[in-house]
Amino acid sequence: MANLEVNIAGVKFHNPVIAASGTFGFGREFSEFYPLSVFGGVSCKGLTLEKRAGNPPPRVAETPSGMLNSVGLQNPGADYFIKNDLPWLKKQGTRVIANIAGNTPEGYCSIAEKLSDSPVDMIELNISCPNVKQGGMQFGTTCKSAAEITKEVRKHCTKPLTVKLSPNVSDIGDIAAAVESEGADAISMINTLMGMRIDIRTQRPVLHNNTGGLSGPAVFPVAVRMVWQAYRRVKIPIIGIGGISTWQDAAEILLAGASAMQIGTVLFRDPYAPVKITDGLSRYLDENGMGSVSELTGKAIPW
Amino acid sequence: MKKYDVRRCRIIRRRQLSNNIFDFTAEAGELAEKAVPGQFAQVAVPGKTLRRPISICEANRQNQTLRFVFGVRGEGTAALSKFHGGDFLDILAPLGNGFSLGDISRRALFVGGGIGVPPLLWAAKPFGKSSMLAAGFRTRSSIILKDDFESSGCKVLIATDDGSYGHHGLVTDLLGNLEFDAVFACGPLPMLRAVRLMASERGVPCQLSLEERMACGIGACLGCAVKLHHEDGTPYYGRVCRDGPVFDSRMLDKNF
Repeated sequence: MANLEVNIAGVKFHNPVIAASGTFGFGREFSEFYPLSVFGGVSCKGLTLEKRAGNPPPRVAETPSGMLNSVGLQNPGADYFIKNDLPWLKKQGTRVIANIAGNTPEGYCSIAEKLSDSPVDMIELNISCPNVKQGGMQFGTTCKSAAEITKEVRKHCTKPLTVKLSPNVSDIGDIAAAVESEGADAISMINTLMGMRIDIRTQRPVLHNNTGGLSGPAVFPVAVRMVWQAYRRVKIPIIGIGGISTWQDAAEILLAGASAMQIGTVLFRDPYAPVKITDGLSRYLDENGMGSVSELTGKAIPW
Repeated sequence: MKKYDVRRCRIIRRRQLSNNIFDFTAEAGELAEKAVPGQFAQVAVPGKTLRRPISICEANRQNQTLRFVFGVRGEGTAALSKFHGGDFLDILAPLGNGFSLGDISRRALFVGGGIGVPPLLWAAKPFGKSSMLAAGFRTRSSIILKDDFESSGCKVLIATDDGSYGHHGLVTDLLGNLEFDAVFACGPLPMLRAVRLMASERGVPCQLSLEERMACGIGACLGCAVKLHHEDGTPYYGRVCRDGPVFDSRMLDKNF
């Protein structure tokens, strides 16, 4: 049996499959299917300092091989999470990643500080949410702003810090290098691609927010390409995200350069996907005579 | 025991009730034993990213079957309508909060609009002769489940948009003279809003079953928001899938 354990910025995950932020709440709903320890880790719903109401419905729409969402960072606030969800989550035998967002650099720093004093295992800096007017993606679309926010948050964050990048940029490699240079311990990539659907019957956008974030298999090739590009530019580990649905996708994102991965949209169709992915990966490694999943990282042989 | 789970369910009966309404009964094992009236299932569609939420019309706990009556709305439900008897549906169920039936000797009024009628059937049955259904449909040929309600003792009143059967007009036109102690409704938003207003004017408890575009179906993704309010009146977004789909009408914000 191959070893599925991975080490990201000093945090050991017993397997490389992590639940993606925003698709998994704080884990309770999915714990009805299986112990959350089927995942190496759980990246929690994006948190802000104060609770947020989120966007008016409709918030989701099916698209070819994917979906759009515009939830808009609805969350109960960091204090509520620390008091009501984190103690339970810490007992589930999986690593806990707190995904954080803010309206201002000060907001990001305060929440990073607050969660640094909590028992979370890692902090994921979300500078890539496309569904809020202030904050979110505005910090993640230029090298300068991504570097600045990483630098500021780094001063206040004593936990291992992964920065979640937006794909809505001209050169993902530059952004990855910029956040690495300001002290990121890892990179999570990619967040959703900005998209839109219009109902031709009503002639109105399907989503109340007009635009939303595209996820699911449709974005997988984009994620593979961007992980591949970023892997060439940084030394810190990459957590691959974007439409991973099968163990074959999992192997592919690792080959592109990821050390671990997050799965999200697939859970809506198949809640048992993490079990199938870890089983499949394990078999693939055995069949290829590999002792550890980390041997796959970045092993794609370019033409 | 798991509250909900995924299961492959063999279709043992398939009927077409009107030109775009289908009636499937599927073997669902323990999912059928756990279900209560008003809950729903998330049904996977081949080639689609998201499951489709479909209300449970009724369950037979002894035979471990679930019955789904659904309308073709788009590509997903069109694909589901092409399933045959003997095919397997990939179902995640039972989901959400159903109707709180309360005292079944009360006079219960059920109000349904179109494809909002099916989730009311199982809830109406225990009330037997003390139940009434007021149902609205587009036209005579789109009337569904009338016999099912009547055979459980329920008195059925029908309205059609074009007057081809029953009252010519809105289903809510039928409610004025009716006597009832509780109301349960499912249908289009304008109908639900009118039913809520009528119930609150009469001081009668009212439960409404809502519909929204959904992703996870279990309350994790916050995709299916509905505006609710706390007791002190402050509004917040709840989840149709987890906090509903059936809501006490007093929980819903005035602009839900």
